[in-house]
Amino acid sequence: MRNTAMNMVHKLAARDERVLYIGSDPGAGTLRNMSKEFPKRHLIEGISEAHIIGMSAGLAMEGFVPYVNTIATFLTRRCYEQVAVDLCLHNLPVRLIANGGGLVYAPLGPTHQAIEDIAIMRALPNMTVICPCDADEAARMMEQTLDWKGPIYIRLGKGGDAVVSKAEHGFEIGKAILMRPPGDVVMVTTGIMLQRALAAADLLAAQGIRAGILHMHTVKPLDTEALLQAVRATRLLVTLEEHVPSGGLGSAVAETLIDKLGSGLPAMLRLSLPDRFMHNYGSQDSLLKKHGLSANAIATSIEHALVASRTASPQLHST
Amino acid sequence: MIQTSPHAEAALTCTLDERSLYLRRLVLGSVRSAGRGHVGPALSLIEMVRVLYDDVLRIDPKNPRDPNRDRAILSKGHGCLALYALLADRGFFPLSELDGFCGPDSILGGHPEYGMVPGVEASTGALGHGLSIGVGLALAARMRERSYRTFVLLGDGEINEGSVWEAAMGAAKHGLDNLVALIDYNKLQSYGPTDYVLPLEPLADKWRSFGFAVQEVNGHDVGALRTVLKQVPPVAGKPTAIICHTVKGKGLPAAESNADWHHKNKLSDSELDAIRVAVGDF
Repeated sequence: MRNTAMNMVHKLAARDERVLYIGSDPGAGTLRNMSKEFPKRHLIEGISEAHIIGMSAGLAMEGFVPYVNTIATFLTRRCYEQVAVDLCLHNLPVRLIANGGGLVYAPLGPTHQAIEDIAIMRALPNMTVICPCDADEAARMMEQTLDWKGPIYIRLGKGGDAVVSKAEHGFEIGKAILMRPPGDVVMVTTGIMLQRALAAADLLAAQGIRAGILHMHTVKPLDTEALLQAVRATRLLVTLEEHVPSGGLGSAVAETLIDKLGSGLPAMLRLSLPDRFMHNYGSQDSLLKKHGLSANAIATSIEHALVASRTASPQLHST
Repeated sequence: MIQTSPHAEAALTCTLDERSLYLRRLVLGSVRSAGRGHVGPALSLIEMVRVLYDDVLRIDPKNPRDPNRDRAILSKGHGCLALYALLADRGFFPLSELDGFCGPDSILGGHPEYGMVPGVEASTGALGHGLSIGVGLALAARMRERSYRTFVLLGDGEINEGSVWEAAMGAAKHGLDNLVALIDYNKLQSYGPTDYVLPLEPLADKWRSFGFAVQEVNGHDVGALRTVLKQVPPVAGKPTAIICHTVKGKGLPAAESNADWHHKNKLSDSELDAIRVAVGDF
């Protein structure tokens, strides 16, 4: 997914002279071909994220479309004020390509694990937040970023994620993709939780439970219409995210439902990481499994929640 | 310790001409109307902004978005009263707007906002942002082969921020000789002396070692500022830092070098009388 997104920057740069790549201190050879073909638009600016965001704002004020790239935690935590003031307040078309969203950098520990990035980015007015699920979707997404007004935060997965998106789904920023029709349950996913949801749906199907999947690649702006349609057609709404329970996809969905439905809320289950830093290493998969976000664990949580929903508990939360 | 500079001593003793007094009357009129404002930081800045807008910047108040205009960013956004006075005087917006400073429907807030105030290039107020934005603007000029120049006004307290030095390294890396940083070195930040809060010296050496061509000047000497600013860049291939030795609250004896006047709320009758004595009736 990361290589695809990077290569797309090169491709977009070839098509449009406004496009810049700005890296802090990326891996050796990042976009080497672009650096040869467009050396003036391939900028490596050092481990100075606060400065890089401000500089990108200045470039965007002059009509450029900078794609800024570094590790997700450094692109969000380190320079939050610059993102808020320089990019969002001025509503400038800078694209933040965040490597290693969620637990991708599991072996590197909590300084490198972006577990609250969706929350803090989507809290900012004018910011758009996108979490593609695989490389193919990342390519379709990048095509749409060129002329989008305002800043975009792009949360990338690890790379090598199973390709589950389909070309016929297309990609439109802010438009969710219904991967499976609503059944007894609808799972709302973002990023690489889609792969887990698909596997969980198969497990549930084996138990006679029909599970729909709504892939919310854009967490902000949230596709309210698609969400409401899914809710009307199911008994249980489940959100899945590689993120702390505060402020991410589950929060966005719950807020939207409260605003739109008031008292007529569906039964809901939010599955997320716990509200704490991870002190285990291993792999993204092993940490997801440890925190109940493997396909098996998701399916089991949903089975339990369906039982509970029959006893009329209006909202459920499990981490 | 703050090194004694002849420019700093001159800043303390130099007198102000009628235009400088007039601009101070505009600033203090805004403070009187609003019952608030950053007085000290604006008064130290006035001659720097005056010379920029009167004599240096290639700008047209009737066409504030001209792509070839010089760019100026007030990175120390809390000094905005000085900027507002100049912009109003130069015709970017009516002088009457100054009376509405910080009012609910005013375009003039306590920090300048892009899109609200004609002539303001970037929203500032959070410190340590302007120089990086300026690097972006200056780099864009080079990439687009445009001749506009970028001037960024920084406070001395502001350069406590590490992001300023990140930006300085970036500006030097790109050899941005179309970028000028002006430092309002009044040596007094909100709490107290810069030398107490976080010592900056040797300040000129710092900028020099970060790859800038450095000049020092009495920041209240209009003629000297004009001479220095009309000769930028002094060194081809290097960004410029102009350390302007100034006096916080310059022109108002009660406020000069007095941290209590960093931000001022309602002015008392006796303070208003003292202002009239210092800068004339307003």
